[in-house]
Amino acid sequence: MSDVQDYPSRLSDPNSRKLGTFSYLPAMDDDEIRKQVEYIVSKGWNPAVEHSEPENAGMTYWYMWKLPMFGETDVDAILREVQLCRETNPGNHIRLIGYDNYNQTQGTAMLVHRAEIKV
Amino acid sequence: MAKSYKAGVKEYRDTYWEPDYTPKESDILACFKITPQPGVPREEAAAAVAAESSTGTWTTVWTDLLTDLDYYKGRAYAIEDVPGDDDTFYAFIAYPMGLFEEGSIVNVFTSLVGNVFGFKAVRALRLEDVRFPLWFVTTCYGPPHGIYVERDKLDKYGRPLLGCTIKPKLGLSAKNYGRAVYECLRGGLDFTKDDENVNSQPFMRWRDRFLFCQEAIDKAEGETGEKKGHYMNVTAPDVEEMYKRAEFAKEVGSRIIMSDYLTLGWAAHQSLAKWCRDNGMLLHVHRAMHAVMDRSPTHGINFRVFAKLLRLLGGDHLHSGTVVGKLEGDRMATLGWIDLLRDKYVKEDRSRGIFFDQDWGQMPGVFPVASGGIHVWHMPALVSIFGDNSVLQFGGGTLGHPWGNAAGAAANRVALEACVKARNEGRELEKEGKDILTDAAKHSPELKIAMETWKEIKFEFDTVDKLDVQHR
Repeated sequence: MSDVQDYPSRLSDPNSRKLGTFSYLPAMDDDEIRKQVEYIVSKGWNPAVEHSEPENAGMTYWYMWKLPMFGETDVDAILREVQLCRETNPGNHIRLIGYDNYNQTQGTAMLVHRAEIKV
Repeated sequence: MAKSYKAGVKEYRDTYWEPDYTPKESDILACFKITPQPGVPREEAAAAVAAESSTGTWTTVWTDLLTDLDYYKGRAYAIEDVPGDDDTFYAFIAYPMGLFEEGSIVNVFTSLVGNVFGFKAVRALRLEDVRFPLWFVTTCYGPPHGIYVERDKLDKYGRPLLGCTIKPKLGLSAKNYGRAVYECLRGGLDFTKDDENVNSQPFMRWRDRFLFCQEAIDKAEGETGEKKGHYMNVTAPDVEEMYKRAEFAKEVGSRIIMSDYLTLGWAAHQSLAKWCRDNGMLLHVHRAMHAVMDRSPTHGINFRVFAKLLRLLGGDHLHSGTVVGKLEGDRMATLGWIDLLRDKYVKEDRSRGIFFDQDWGQMPGVFPVASGGIHVWHMPALVSIFGDNSVLQFGGGTLGHPWGNAAGAAANRVALEACVKARNEGRELEKEGKDILTDAAKHSPELKIAMETWKEIKFEFDTVDKLDVQHR
């Protein structure tokens, strides 16, 4: 049994909470986030940024950062809004959404910043 | 001018072979692959199938003249060679809308695949495809929720969903079974599934199973902060019992239940689908018995027909084959029917076995489910083949992890997210799969061990039911 590793998720540990797509991967660096923004733009989706206090992250509705960026295809402009949202809400998780209005859904919603939670 | 009555037997083709007929938008169209008896001409065999699946009987009767048989008859309107097979041919048959009850899949198939399949003039008969006209689609109930409503209910976007069937199939106590569910869900799966033959046996009655599984779900949701579900199987010996189990699943707070639409029966299944929409319950659909009818290349019903009719009957998920695992499945044919499950409009495409354009109007789509004999090494191919709107289910590939179900689930979730991320970056998953997984495993000891455990497993038997192509 010594070779077997424990899977250490706990009810008591807020850092065990997951946050949807990409929350099982290491944090993305700026270059990796840029590639995901490029993907959203290439799909013709409308980018949007949302954020939440870690303790409320299980709710359906996070805070919308401004409005979805309808028709925005400038990757730098989108990345700037992610950065602005993060600076304004330093304690919050942030996710990036691509609204697919033709299918009336979110084509994607991915974690781009996990706030540090001190236990 | 009125017709006169002559008793006796006529050749079918005199009445039911109309090569000049142009199908109407409102017709139900069918493509059959026919193996005629030796000596029976193609036109006669095709006309016989059209007759026996619509108005015809073996002799003329005087009451034929009391109706407008010219309207009600099915018409064989085209015949085509089957590529690579001289013994069979395709016959295209058009059925007028007045032959069918609105919204009744049961009625349509009682005609199309009724007595005709035992008919002596054909040696074998296979229903390859059916075009449902838009008027019929709109009279059917359809998926209780559909792909996009399910995503909203579960708050999951931009990736395939992940599931696992709990094993061993049979014999676990309800409490031990719930433990297996809990471990899978806390590790990162979205769903676990009752095996199809887990109903309510003496070793585990349904009520106990539902209660323990729901407790498992609730704790895993608390732990991970993500929404989870267990497909509570309400397939039951009778309809009253089915509803009783469905109601109880709802009462304990389950998000999803499951049924087996072929063994349960289509009428019962359609009722369950309606109940699911009325009660906000997702419906996972398994397809036990399908291979009995869809595996032979010359006789039976192609699975693409079963896929289409399930979308009409109602279901939010349907097992569709994996292409890469232990179960039968030709890649191009599978790609064809997963699009038929999901898309709004599917064009005729013989390279994928699709014989007709199919317009689904506003009917929601169904998640195809890839399940059976798949593990982390298959992940790049699965994400590439199925895309985001799919459920990927790793049974042994989760439960067989050397560190247990939670680690197995985490390995699959990490592999899935790594593949989605790489795909979004523009990388080719099926070429670069090994590098993508190897990189991801650097940050996930669970994935690393999973990759070492399953490295050598392959399933490379030849497919029995292949698409009809010249080089076979």
